[in-house]
Amino acid sequence: MISMSGKPLAAIVSAGLSKFGRREGLYGRELFLEAAGEAFDRCPNLDPRRDIKGVFVGHMGESYEHQGHTGPTISDWLGLTPTQGFRFESACASSSAALRCAVMAIASGLLDIVLVGGVEKMTHRTTPEVTEYLAMASDFPFEQWHGLTFPGLFALMATAHMHKYGTTEEQLAMVAVKNHKNASMNPKAQFQKVITLEDALKSRVIAWPLKLFDCSPITDGASCAILVKPELAKKFTDTPIYIIGSGGATDRLGVYARDDITSLLSAKVASQEAYKMAGVEPKDIDVAEVHDCFTIAEVILYEDLGFCPKGYGGKFIEEGQTHIGGKIPVNTSGGLKAKGHPVGATGVAQVYEIYLQLTGQAGPRQVSGAEIALTHNMGGSGASAFVHIYRRGD
Amino acid sequence: MSQQEALTPPPTVESFYKFVAEGKLMAVKCKKCGKIIAPPRPVCDGCLSRDLEWVQLKGEGELVTFTIIHVPPVQFASMAPYTVAVVKMDEGPKLPGIVKGVTQPDQLKIGMRMKVVFEPAPQQQTWPQWPRYYFEPA
Repeated sequence: MISMSGKPLAAIVSAGLSKFGRREGLYGRELFLEAAGEAFDRCPNLDPRRDIKGVFVGHMGESYEHQGHTGPTISDWLGLTPTQGFRFESACASSSAALRCAVMAIASGLLDIVLVGGVEKMTHRTTPEVTEYLAMASDFPFEQWHGLTFPGLFALMATAHMHKYGTTEEQLAMVAVKNHKNASMNPKAQFQKVITLEDALKSRVIAWPLKLFDCSPITDGASCAILVKPELAKKFTDTPIYIIGSGGATDRLGVYARDDITSLLSAKVASQEAYKMAGVEPKDIDVAEVHDCFTIAEVILYEDLGFCPKGYGGKFIEEGQTHIGGKIPVNTSGGLKAKGHPVGATGVAQVYEIYLQLTGQAGPRQVSGAEIALTHNMGGSGASAFVHIYRRGD
Repeated sequence: MSQQEALTPPPTVESFYKFVAEGKLMAVKCKKCGKIIAPPRPVCDGCLSRDLEWVQLKGEGELVTFTIIHVPPVQFASMAPYTVAVVKMDEGPKLPGIVKGVTQPDQLKIGMRMKVVFEPAPQQQTWPQWPRYYFEPA
């Protein structure tokens, strides 16, 4: 591991995001152009054909659209043929895997400008079909074979966390209430309405103790960011965002096989790598986007990313520490929970929110004076995770 | 890597479920570090040795955590709601499995004793042809 202590590894000079939600009549590649179009519009000095040396795309499943080979597909639809294109797959962390590899490509000096993004078109499939495709990220012969679903896997963590630390269903519901409130200030979010604690607690049980409002939705969407080597950043923008830390890790594929079911090892290890590389500590983070596929995940991540002590996650949300205006605002975009979770797009969608926050463009959900930010994106039930740390560059 | 005698049957998922069909819950034991591993795998996840032997688990253990699935995958639709637990077997490995006869959270308590039960599985024509083991409170 290189230890650079805050030295920029790569710069983000632009970003784009499609509207998230049910996008009927659009194919994934067409959705991707919506996100890329915004990124290009925001960066008039970029000439895509001249400048972009690689297209790195996160995409989880070919089952949704009967379409694999996503790297060249997106390069083609962007009009960039014969520019090299790659698909990255790490379940729900696919586009953060693309991001980390784009950082590696730039830090190595091999490529100087990379378009990174992700896409998933999901809502044209039935819920049982989507459930089956998503489940492929879990352990088939033991988890899927014994009737576990993704809500079920996170419910196993929730039951254990509630037993060990006294975390309550009300505290989990508070995560949903916060993230829906944030999404109501994000015009690109799938859900635009605030919910009450009662709405969340009275919603139907999906996998006890998790209820409907503890779960992220099925979403169509695409995300895009333009990464360049730091020395080139000011050619493209006066307000670059520097990536100063990048970490990646894995955990046992099966939740049942893990030593501590109340903790996400991959988040711990990936964040420690990223913090060390960036030369920052959890207390230095001004705003964070973390992988709240289920409310319990956000609570556990407060702990494993070091925002609060182990076991304190439930109290942390109850105290309002992660609300906008709190100690460390988390998921200002609305998170996966309420902005939506088009799985392959989610990692770079987190980057888009950080790009808005660190360039002061987040509107009513702006965290004032935000300078240092973090994203955490996990695959499946946490068998993979990627953490990135960002610094405002102006 | 030293030469070792090949383990028969091989330490695979397929072998594990063939044993389940015979009413046995089998693990592999690492002959180098002694770790007992289930589900079995060809390499010890403790010390990376490939020198393994089969051992039968007693089929008893302790409840680690559980969930009650109300929205099931298609193949499990007729069973819902049903409970899936993680049980730490007395020999060390943890396994997930459906808990027979439990549909309410107050029927279980973390830390309680659990035991494995086997049921004859209907013959399937397509892959995978794996029978299931189940848990119930001991």
